[in-house]
Amino acid sequence: MSQNAEKVIDHFELFRGKEYTEMLANKKCLFEDPVATEELERVAEWTKSAEYREKNFAREALTVNPAKACQPLGAVFAALGFERTLPFVHGSQGCVAYYRSHFSRHFKEPTSAVSSSMTEDAAVFGGLNNMIDGLANSYSMYKPKMISVSTTCMAEVIGDDLNAFIKNAKENGSVPAEMDVPFAHTPAFVGSHVTGYDNTLKGILEHFWDGKAGTAPKLERLPNGKLNFIGGFDGYTVGNIREIKRLLDLMGVEYTILGDNSDVWDTPGDGEFRMYDGGTTLEDTAEAIHAGATISMQEFCTDKTLDFIGSKGQEVIAFNHPVGVEGTDRFLMEVSRLSGKAIPPAVTKERGRLVDAIADSSAHIHGKKFAIYGDPDLTLGLAGFLLELGAEPVHILSTNGGAVWKEKAEALLAGSPFGKGCHVYAGKDLWHMRSLLFTEPVDFLIGNTYGKFLERDTSTPLIRIGFPIFDRHHHHRYPVWGYQGGMNVLVKILDKIFDQMDQSTNDVAKTDYSFDIIR
Amino acid sequence: MSTNVSVEEVKERNNQVIGEVLEVYPEKTAKKRAKHLGTFENGKTDCGVKSNLKSIPGVMTIRGCAYAGSKGVVWGPIKDMVHISHGPVGCGQYSWAARRNYYIGTTGVDSFVTLQFTSDFQEKDIVFGGDKKLAQIIDEIETLFPLNKGITIQSECPVGLIGDDIEGVAKAKAKEHNKTIVPVRCEGFRGVSQSLGHHIANDALRDWVIDKQTGKPARFESTPYDVAIIGDYNIGGDAWSSRILLEEMGLRVIAQWSGDGTLAELEATPKAKLNILHCYRSMNYISRHMEEKFGVPWVEYNFFGPTKIIESLREIAAHFDDTIKEGAERVIAKYQALTDAVIAKYRPRLEGKKVMLFVGGLRPRHVIGAYEDLGMEVVGTGYEFGHNDDYQRTTHYIKDGTLIYDDVTAFEFERFVEKVQPDLVGSGIKEKYIFQKMGFPFRQMHSWDYSGPYHGYDGFAIFARDMDMAINAPVWSLTKAPW
Repeated sequence: MSQNAEKVIDHFELFRGKEYTEMLANKKCLFEDPVATEELERVAEWTKSAEYREKNFAREALTVNPAKACQPLGAVFAALGFERTLPFVHGSQGCVAYYRSHFSRHFKEPTSAVSSSMTEDAAVFGGLNNMIDGLANSYSMYKPKMISVSTTCMAEVIGDDLNAFIKNAKENGSVPAEMDVPFAHTPAFVGSHVTGYDNTLKGILEHFWDGKAGTAPKLERLPNGKLNFIGGFDGYTVGNIREIKRLLDLMGVEYTILGDNSDVWDTPGDGEFRMYDGGTTLEDTAEAIHAGATISMQEFCTDKTLDFIGSKGQEVIAFNHPVGVEGTDRFLMEVSRLSGKAIPPAVTKERGRLVDAIADSSAHIHGKKFAIYGDPDLTLGLAGFLLELGAEPVHILSTNGGAVWKEKAEALLAGSPFGKGCHVYAGKDLWHMRSLLFTEPVDFLIGNTYGKFLERDTSTPLIRIGFPIFDRHHHHRYPVWGYQGGMNVLVKILDKIFDQMDQSTNDVAKTDYSFDIIR
Repeated sequence: MSTNVSVEEVKERNNQVIGEVLEVYPEKTAKKRAKHLGTFENGKTDCGVKSNLKSIPGVMTIRGCAYAGSKGVVWGPIKDMVHISHGPVGCGQYSWAARRNYYIGTTGVDSFVTLQFTSDFQEKDIVFGGDKKLAQIIDEIETLFPLNKGITIQSECPVGLIGDDIEGVAKAKAKEHNKTIVPVRCEGFRGVSQSLGHHIANDALRDWVIDKQTGKPARFESTPYDVAIIGDYNIGGDAWSSRILLEEMGLRVIAQWSGDGTLAELEATPKAKLNILHCYRSMNYISRHMEEKFGVPWVEYNFFGPTKIIESLREIAAHFDDTIKEGAERVIAKYQALTDAVIAKYRPRLEGKKVMLFVGGLRPRHVIGAYEDLGMEVVGTGYEFGHNDDYQRTTHYIKDGTLIYDDVTAFEFERFVEKVQPDLVGSGIKEKYIFQKMGFPFRQMHSWDYSGPYHGYDGFAIFARDMDMAINAPVWSLTKAPW
């Protein structure tokens, strides 16, 4: 018996003991009908081959380990960026349980959202009653200032009409007639979570700017000098939004963050649960129509939203999740141009510090080969930073990246000598990435938590940047935007490089000569 | 709640807080929710609450769906089969490797539990139907994952709404590839919770795996001591720390359902002499079927905490001859010293602490004995997706005056905890951070908060350690700023 009250051992050690390993070996050989060892090894090796890669890339119908989620997840993300706003997802209830769990596992924070809990009868008769009862219940229990309605695929397949349903619910007295209940149709079988973010944010702006679904006059734009800022669906939203606010405040820019999730996913442990915290106020959301311009940090999260904002006469600028010196330069110069405010010396100094840090460490990154996967904007931002560091982003993959993204990424690579021989994979998944890593190995992999399976299979060290990150804590509290954010990403990459050096040089009397104390 | 409060006062407090939450609801909702909230009265044969009814829209139910019950719970852990999340990408993505069904295998080659296979439905699949795509997916799986032993099709909402014939595809492809291919109609809108998903998954097991074994010989020579573990999902290794005790008492475990399970084990199960059932809720259906069709009796057991483990070992042994009965006593004696040491170490630190639970499956009742072994008291409990038979079984575990809440809403749970002021809350990931922010120690009782196993004697030591580290963590004294 290996268990011991003095030093209790759990799954990490318990099952490595003799009694368990023998038990499990017996289980396998007597009852599991296992594949013969030679056959298993043969197939395992074959999955690493060029021949397998060819078959893998020939698949047309099957998706294995995608790096994307569905629209309603993005809808919940967008809704939570507004003051006292309750995301209300019309459709099956299990979906909402999944979104809440998914976000809580990443942010280590509560995520509040409700479902209209549609079941078989709603599938037949439509979900109007679920909407009527659901809005009434949510309003009484959770006292939201706004309820942002989106849909699951179930409601979309049966064709529920949100606009009509919400009107009907208001007529039934579910919520006060003047209550803000914006909506967006967010079918899970179109696009991905970034599409859902886009549709929902657009839905909210449309609600406030275009007459609240026919119940108020449309707002007339009276341009002021303010800037709107949109972060997009971003796993680092807590750190990033706070960093952007700090930079804009330093510059003295007048701005509105449209969709500010930085407080709701970072509430204090002080004895009180804040279901709502922070967020863009509804007044500011309406007022944002008057801004001179809107900056989106993520083009592919705000495609339709920017079209809509642009149609009101604002200048709209979109970045691709800028990371590093040049990305931040471009962002700040646009802010400066649009706001007429100069970039202050304090910020220029921060830039200098990042450049200095890159100069200090560049020798360790220069020429290293990387594979990156993730959302379209994030992969572009990270690839740009790697090129700036003299690294080679050999494989850039985005499951929810399309033709436009591919073109952009290829142009980015073409613009740098370090992009030579690098390739872009749109619409591919992490099982494709596995073949790439076996057949064209790289030094490091950048991706979310699911990359750990690739790390285990291919021995490519994983640098965790992306969404979701379930198995490392609190990184979302640190920005990856701004020069400070660039510093965080640089350090994250360097830490992995140095850890890797130490791990590959610690074999005593074999490789210990490179086990340097100063690097 | 101080310990000198009388049961009558507790009941009065429960009534009061139930009244307070109901007051907030619209009238119709209050009427419905009232039936799910109550206080256990000693001597009653159930907990006095309604269950297994539709969740009310907009209340923030903690429940999931039928897909979660089938793919996430019953089928997903079968390691040598490929489970396709059939429909849009989300369901498979959110459940990808999220349940800690431990297994041993070469992932992606002969084992597939922590892979996300999805048909990633696009608009055209909704409009024109997904059957052709499904057929092609099965072919592609056969090409790229040739060592799979079988495939299951886990339906997501749209599949049942657009009239696809997944059974037809499954039959045709099973014949073509000479493989077990199981269509499961576990669309998320079916039923009121995960529970119907369990039932549908059990029925699919019956129709597409178990009944096809009629008349087939076993792969191995049967012994009089062959048993199958049913309803243990091997969270953090639970089934393993259970299996070891059964083997030590002289039984032979021929199958695990479904944690670390294989298709071969499922197929062998009708040959068992006894099915031993841990999670009654999710697998009573197939146990009953095997009893009726193959004459395999079943017995429920509880491997949480020494008191229940000892009762269960004896109960299981009672189905066998003296060799096994003696074996059970030998196992009990072997672990007595460990149990005594664990209790001696942790009980003084946990004595008198009060716990509120809200979980799924069997745990709202099954873990109560383990807490009591440590001198703790469960003062409130409820089921995410329990039925009346679960609440009947619960009466054997709980004390007079226990607060009962079925399908609790986030709003109710928060108010109840605020009022009752337990020393520990045990529930899920969606609840964890809410209560921790309120200053309550918390353990996830679905995933064991990434610890475990909690089953068996080895697991009890871990359970005790974890409850102690939750309750006695220094962080709880820092919640309030000193100024």
